[in-house]
Amino acid sequence: MRDILPEINLWRRQDKQIALATVVKVWGSAPRPIGSKMAVTTDGGMVGSVSGGCVEGAVYEEAQGVLSSGQAKLVEFGVTDETAWSVGLSCGGKIEIFIEPLAIGPSSTEVPT
Amino acid sequence: MNQEIFARLAKRLEADQLTALVSVVGGPGLGNQRLVQPGSQSHGTLGSPSLDREADLLATEAFRSFSSSRRIISALEPDVAATDLFCEVHPPAFKLVLVGAVHVAIHLARFAKELGFRTTVIDPRTAFATAERFSHVDELVTRWPQEDLEDRKLDEGTYVATLAHDPKIDLPALEAALRSTARYIGALGSKKTHAKRVDTLRERGFSKDDIARIHAPIGLDLGGRRAEEIALAVMAQIVSVSHGK
Repeated sequence: MRDILPEINLWRRQDKQIALATVVKVWGSAPRPIGSKMAVTTDGGMVGSVSGGCVEGAVYEEAQGVLSSGQAKLVEFGVTDETAWSVGLSCGGKIEIFIEPLAIGPSSTEVPT
Repeated sequence: MNQEIFARLAKRLEADQLTALVSVVGGPGLGNQRLVQPGSQSHGTLGSPSLDREADLLATEAFRSFSSSRRIISALEPDVAATDLFCEVHPPAFKLVLVGAVHVAIHLARFAKELGFRTTVIDPRTAFATAERFSHVDELVTRWPQEDLEDRKLDEGTYVATLAHDPKIDLPALEAALRSTARYIGALGSKKTHAKRVDTLRERGFSKDDIARIHAPIGLDLGGRRAEEIALAVMAQIVSVSHGK
């Protein structure tokens, strides 16, 4: 999270809509550990990684849905999943990713104490 | 993640403070979050006081293990779905303290930075510890290790390597590290040098178990002799220790 924070803060200052994706479960030889994160915006912004490149595109698409509905979502990618297969999670692992809208609510950037 | 939780989390990450974030990733209250901080009040609710208690409990375990976890909490009432919780721990950044502003330290600090460590180089010899040689480190200290290290918090997230090749600098640093809870202590030098060091430390009252915490000769055996290669061997050892190996 710390590594993608500067980018997220920049996007927030630009009033961009941001979704945050976090790896919450891995099976087998998944390429990124639990807690790996990626943040995306509605206008193509992307920072961080959840799979080392295999499913980022699909996560980006799912994140757009999360941003338009405003509802967090749990998504699974793996070799048994048709979408994941087509985007190439060919390492044989399976991952579960939690995607949520980030920092919704009043746009004040004041940090509570 | 709502505005308040995000602001608090960002602030704690920037201040390098141990924090856990518990999220409902399935079941009722999907997306609810609770921020837990050791020794102080939690923020946000997962939807019920009993779930919040579970969250605080999960976080307390995570503060010990430094690892994130997942738990399904079955509902108390029938016909209500179970709650799927993800507890993510955000440990403080790993810190690497290098004693001796030698050539190996230049490369080691560079590798460490790439791997996300906060780097400090300590050497009283201002001819070695120059801003030009160490522009890439987070902190360059031109004092004696015994003056600096006693005040520095060498905690479970701290890795210490003594590289000076001069017992006047290395020994006081090793003593301070042995008195701390530092996660890793490595000392550059041959087996012969280390044997002498062990004798001195024994004379100064350290036990065999204390001294066994020191990785010496330092680094994994990669077979390299160049400064860059030694730095890589030390970094590899630090990474393996960080994963509990």
